[in-house]
Amino acid sequence: MTAFIIRRLFQALVVLFVTSVIVFAGVYAIGDPLEILLPPDATMAEREQVTRSLGLDRPLIIQYGHFLLNALQGDLGTSFVYNQPSISIILNRLPATLELAFSALVLAIIIGIPLGLWSGLKPGSAVDETVMTGSILGFSLPNFWQGMMLIMIFSVYLGWLPSTGRGQTGTILGIETSFATWDGIKHLILPAINLSLAKISLVIRLTRTGVQETMPLDFIKFARARGLSSRRIVSVHVLKNILIPIVTVIGVEFGSLIAFAVVTETIFAWPGVGKLIIDSINVLDRPVVVAYILVVVTMFITINLIVDILYSVLDPRIRSKAR
Amino acid sequence: MTIAQKNMTEIVLDVSDLQTHFFTPDGVVKSVDGVSLSVARGEILGLVGESGSGKSITGFSILGLVDPPGRNVGGSILFKGEELLGASPKRLQGLRGNRIAMIFQDPMMTLNPVLSVKTHMIETVLAHDSVSREEALSRSIEALRMVGISQPESRIESYPHEFSGGMRQRVAIAIALLHKPDLIIADEPTTALDVTIQSQILSEVQKLCRELGMGLIWISHDLGVVAGLADRIAVMYAGRIVEQGSVDDVLDRPKHPYTAGLIGSAPAANSRGSRLTQIRGAAPHPLKRPEGCAFRTRCDYATDICHTEPTETFGSNGQRWRCFHPLGIPNGEERP
Amino acid sequence: MSALTLRLFGDGILATALNGIFSSVKATIAFIVCIILILAAIFAPWIAPQNPYDLMQIDIFDAKLPPMSESMSGMVYVLGTDTQGRDMLSAMLYGLRTSLGVGLSAGLLALVIGAGLGLLAAYVGGRLDALIMRIVDLMLGFPTILIALLILAVLGQGTWKVIMALVLVQWAYFARAARGAALVEVNKDYVEAARCLGLGRTRILFSHLLPNCLPPLMVIGTIQIASAIATEATLSFLGIGLPITEPSLGLLISNGYQVLLAGLYWISVYPGLLLLTLVFVINIVGDRLREVFNPRLAA
Repeated sequence: MTAFIIRRLFQALVVLFVTSVIVFAGVYAIGDPLEILLPPDATMAEREQVTRSLGLDRPLIIQYGHFLLNALQGDLGTSFVYNQPSISIILNRLPATLELAFSALVLAIIIGIPLGLWSGLKPGSAVDETVMTGSILGFSLPNFWQGMMLIMIFSVYLGWLPSTGRGQTGTILGIETSFATWDGIKHLILPAINLSLAKISLVIRLTRTGVQETMPLDFIKFARARGLSSRRIVSVHVLKNILIPIVTVIGVEFGSLIAFAVVTETIFAWPGVGKLIIDSINVLDRPVVVAYILVVVTMFITINLIVDILYSVLDPRIRSKAR
Repeated sequence: MTIAQKNMTEIVLDVSDLQTHFFTPDGVVKSVDGVSLSVARGEILGLVGESGSGKSITGFSILGLVDPPGRNVGGSILFKGEELLGASPKRLQGLRGNRIAMIFQDPMMTLNPVLSVKTHMIETVLAHDSVSREEALSRSIEALRMVGISQPESRIESYPHEFSGGMRQRVAIAIALLHKPDLIIADEPTTALDVTIQSQILSEVQKLCRELGMGLIWISHDLGVVAGLADRIAVMYAGRIVEQGSVDDVLDRPKHPYTAGLIGSAPAANSRGSRLTQIRGAAPHPLKRPEGCAFRTRCDYATDICHTEPTETFGSNGQRWRCFHPLGIPNGEERP
Repeated sequence: MSALTLRLFGDGILATALNGIFSSVKATIAFIVCIILILAAIFAPWIAPQNPYDLMQIDIFDAKLPPMSESMSGMVYVLGTDTQGRDMLSAMLYGLRTSLGVGLSAGLLALVIGAGLGLLAAYVGGRLDALIMRIVDLMLGFPTILIALLILAVLGQGTWKVIMALVLVQWAYFARAARGAALVEVNKDYVEAARCLGLGRTRILFSHLLPNCLPPLMVIGTIQIASAIATEATLSFLGIGLPITEPSLGLLISNGYQVLLAGLYWISVYPGLLLLTLVFVINIVGDRLREVFNPRLAA
């Protein structure tokens, strides 16, 4: 088991390394680093200072070394706009995005799995047809338009929920979160629904396929032959079997939730990294873009690693092989 | 009559004219087409037939586990006097795994790979008895011990893939025994196993049946396996039982040509070096069974009358057969 | 799902696909709508009441008019006008054209490149296969929108850049599907036999491996085209997609966003509905194809 983890960690490091090289190449070697790392109105003196401090007159290898050294110390450049280290700006805004992504994930699970189960247990029925077509509609709905419609209906016409921004936050278990206040939750509802819709569809389809593939298997027949109740069969035998691929996909999809938050955050003016990156791209605040890439890639690699480990924990067959 | 003998004669299962048909887009498949059999307490009935003869479906029909497009269309299944066909699903669920248990062919497929043996066994106990988990656990461990699994306390924690084929089948048998059922239906339980393991399991099962007074239907395509195990044999062909009787009667004095063919084609029956005798032809496609006696296209003794359905003839000692030209009985034709 | 088994078009792969579509009511309707939309896009310049990008034809005084308003010249703005006075219906038709054009180009290009690489990987095997698949896995590990975002951040704006970004994001799906299907074939005896007979590699690739890969490629193709259309719309909405000289439906919706809170719903709702319909019907057809070609899911 440990050998497995070590192997995967090593692979993860390799990918990180390769990414850092690509980013480095993009910033330092291909582009003009001065243009990327300095605001357009920098003086000659400032330019010279940066050139020297970054060692831009040195060979590329040494420059990469500098870059890597700085990166490992957490220095990924300073934002033009905010005049603070870009990494701290990102880390500052990350919790809001994580909160949104997490809520969307929870919604996807508690709505998607039951619907998928229901649909999978009654193949060909009206329920099944409706749920399946509904799920196609779910992931066909353009994310941004759907968000706009949500605002239009629930905010403008009905006036039930606020249209933009993050509400008041409080602390639960030491973490600052919107869940602590009713105002916070009210602000969270629409964006979370918006972000989760495509995922709900995905989870529904995954669950349904899983159920359909599991029900005809022999061990289900054997379970019935032993007189187990339908509830037990579905909730234990079927669910545990399909949960394994579902969990792994959901884990990976969490990463994509963070990415899609870009759209949701833009529409709902949610102060997370998604909005930050769009704004930064538009104003050419490149250090922030660079920092975002590295942070996000790291997160993805970590998530993938955790999912892989989780998979081997959940499936006893893999666990034995990994030993 | 001793108590044992008295117990032995109590009829646990009485199936009459069972019919299970499959309604497919290509036509109606009469998998079970008028099957009658019975099993007494402590008795082992061997149900023999080739693939497609309907023997497995017969087993599933008894438990009510036939899935669409198949369903029961007629007959009666009396379990200890209670009619199972048409019984409520709840009643059937209460009987399954409890009073009637089933053992499937491939235990690797029938045990859920992501659940431990312990989970399988405890849930089976708790499905029918309201006992504590500890009680269920100790019963399960006892059952494992009964089937000859060493160190059951630790082995019960294992997952199915951690057992060998023979061990897995023993686990399946142990699960079947958890509630000391009155009847066990075993569907080709040793077909997927090595010959040596096979004989071990056969003798153990026989022992357990006698000890616990359970009725057992052993479904197999292998006459040889059944010969050493069963008290009575029923031979199935194309959805019907063509011959039934005590193991001695059926094997030494077969009445149906198909039975004789099966016996003759067993490798043991043939002398070394000589060609294996075969029944000529092949089993008919379920949708294209010959009218009347389904075996007539492969039978050396078939005549015109065989185009009509043969009814059951009853002989001495409980032997029954469906044939217009049973062997060894003068019927206008003498055959050796 | 109940379905009649039609055999209208014969037995080839395309025939199976069409038969599959027409044997499902849902898919047939979707397919017809799809064709209608494609025709509308092709003939937009002829059927649109006005050319919304011809400055001579629009009137700023007609801006922000609700649906069914009349202009000074007597033309009825069936779906209203946008902030510049453009007829919504016309703008939507042109936008449909752009959206569909970009989506189809990106999808087909990605298919060709991706399937080509996938087939190559399957046929050649060994290190090349491992290398290609590693890259594919890496790319598929990241969400579409993120990669597109980053590529465009680096490359800048422009129609071809958007298409390129979309292709870069999508080729991996095709590569994996093509390789998977080809691998099944590559190991079969007839390929070995063909090799022994000295048939050229290209010949084997095209006449034997390719036909077997077509079904999954068709399925993924439809779904990816829908995805490309949706992704391009999202990118345009965010302001980093197509330039405003070639507005797609995404850009139209983006324009509408700014005035949404003021109650001018038609500028974003109608283009959105059109976009939704387009993506939805393509996905339904794709889903039906998936059912037809994937035997595991057959009821």
